Amino acid sequence: MSELMLNIAGVNKRFGGLQALTEVGIKIAKGQIVGLIGPNGAGKTTFFNVITGLYQPDTGTFELDGKPYSPSAPHKVAQAGIARTFQNIRLFGEMTALENVMVGRHVRTRQGVFGAIFRHGAARREEAAIRARAQELLDFVGIGQFGNRTARYLSYGDQRRLEIARALATEPRLLALDEPAAGMNATEKLALRELLVKIKDAGITILLIEHDVKLMMGLCDRISVLEYGKLIAEGVPAEIQKNQAVIEAYLGGAY
Amino acid sequence: MALLTFDTAHKPRQSYASMAVLLAAMLVFPFVAAQFGNSWVRIIDMALLYIMLALGLNIVVGFAGLLDLGYIAFFAVGAYLTGLLASPQFAALLESVVNYSPAMGDALVALFGESIRTEGIHLSVWAIVPLAGLVAALFGALLGAPTLKLRGDYLAIVTLGFGEIIRIFMNNLNDPINFTNGPQGINLIDPIRIFGVSLAGEAGSKATVFIGGVGIPSVNAYYFLFLLLCIVTIFMTSRLQHSRLGRAWVAIREDEIAAKAMGINTRNVKLLAFSMGASFGGVAGAMFAAFQGFVSPESFSLTESIAVLAMVVLGGIGHIPGVVMGGVLLAALPEVLRHVVEPAQQALFGKVIIEAEVLRQLLYGLAMVLIMLNRPAGLWPSPIKEDRPVAATDKDEKEEEAVAS
Repeated sequence: MSELMLNIAGVNKRFGGLQALTEVGIKIAKGQIVGLIGPNGAGKTTFFNVITGLYQPDTGTFELDGKPYSPSAPHKVAQAGIARTFQNIRLFGEMTALENVMVGRHVRTRQGVFGAIFRHGAARREEAAIRARAQELLDFVGIGQFGNRTARYLSYGDQRRLEIARALATEPRLLALDEPAAGMNATEKLALRELLVKIKDAGITILLIEHDVKLMMGLCDRISVLEYGKLIAEGVPAEIQKNQAVIEAYLGGAY
Repeated sequence: MALLTFDTAHKPRQSYASMAVLLAAMLVFPFVAAQFGNSWVRIIDMALLYIMLALGLNIVVGFAGLLDLGYIAFFAVGAYLTGLLASPQFAALLESVVNYSPAMGDALVALFGESIRTEGIHLSVWAIVPLAGLVAALFGALLGAPTLKLRGDYLAIVTLGFGEIIRIFMNNLNDPINFTNGPQGINLIDPIRIFGVSLAGEAGSKATVFIGGVGIPSVNAYYFLFLLLCIVTIFMTSRLQHSRLGRAWVAIREDEIAAKAMGINTRNVKLLAFSMGASFGGVAGAMFAAFQGFVSPESFSLTESIAVLAMVVLGGIGHIPGVVMGGVLLAALPEVLRHVVEPAQQALFGKVIIEAEVLRQLLYGLAMVLIMLNRPAGLWPSPIKEDRPVAATDKDEKEEEAVAS
């Protein structure tokens, strides 16, 4: 395995009496697409939320690109270089598509109250750069012509794309996607797959939660499988397909 | 609203023309209104202060989506700050300090000079305005800090409590050290003096201000000052709205978790919204105190907070021209009613059947209900942004219906 982009180990997370995650870890090599699968309620999204700072883990070590990072708050994680999307789309509904992506630039820009009110040269240049970059990203995900539309009036597939563009605007080293293909039809899934490959080719590592096994098998370099908050398998897709524990987890012991 | 548009992004020429027309009308207004009596100009003076308040509150409620029911507290902070630092009140404060602890009193005298014993402190407007803004901003952050994790109803309750706390403090902070003079309020606050010209007019001038030999009524002088401050406020808030910070505020309003995940430090950005909003309230409060010459806790009741919130909501939450219109309507209309209703009844029936104050409350309530029912986004909401062909979708639906039937 080449250099690691993400190296997480020993994550425990308990909600009251429920042990949601037990000693879960994941290693992602630079430039790969890694999938995280598991039956419903296996703890995939919990693990995701821990990685991105939305939940506080009880234990665990976290390393991004060789440097430890602390998932103590979501904005710090975004600053460190992990951007995410949400299982149920969370766009800024009343803002335009372009503005949504411009918000993504927040963490990489710095003008404050003074710059906003006086709009001096540096502030103007920054604002123009934000706008240009946001438009570029909209074009990149293929919805460049919808920049002026209010986000919540976009079609479902385009909203998913917009969320990805917004995440990319934070200049992530790792892009974490929570079920990006949920609710998409076959054509949309194919287009999504192309987009993910394009993002990978742009040098961004991807962590992916997805239910669509066909999509995952063709797309992912490696796959990790969670069940009842424990990691039960890890490997290249072909191995996972044959793994007895995985088959049992999905289909039950009789098979 | 078809004639006037302020959508500078999409119709720049039309909106700058609208602004010019409106500004010209505003500049001429006091001279026309003065023909009908100074009280009309006075009404608009107060309306302008309320517009400043509404614009400040709009940052918190409109942009950042944080429901604040105690906003008038910042108005009170600005007003009382002016009362303390631009009136004889500081002499009373010093007296109580001396009674309490002579050493502390001596220290204050040593710090500010012997004259404060009899005359108090009289800061100039140039110190008062920034100070009022800063102190109110500080109070804004103080209020914001404990409410960071609260949303919606809970936030509203806490801010409401904060507003009441400030008012109760104003009522009771006269003992052992007399800061606010309690329920009696602070009197004899200095009028605003700009470059040596008092906007209240010099003694014996019958409230006429002479600027370069030309005399204008005092209310007109204040009118121009408040108009200027309003324009500055509009300018600042609209610049803030269309900036990196403004986008962060709206992002928090739309989805706080997503905003966090995009790397926005929601704690700092929310505190900034509270502070910025409060600072405009503080400056308006300072102007109010100097304009009235008197402040008392009664002026800062919950009703006032609600009135300012109503201006924002009724005008068009988050939309600056709408908020300004809401401010004009709700601040000026009641006063206009007061001047019109009773004489009209007198003329019609020979006696006053419904008092203006009662009618005002009635109409106020009725208007709010009707507007919320029919125009929930406010009278003048933000223009719809998307280039979605609204008419076309309607047509498609109709066609589908036609096919179905």
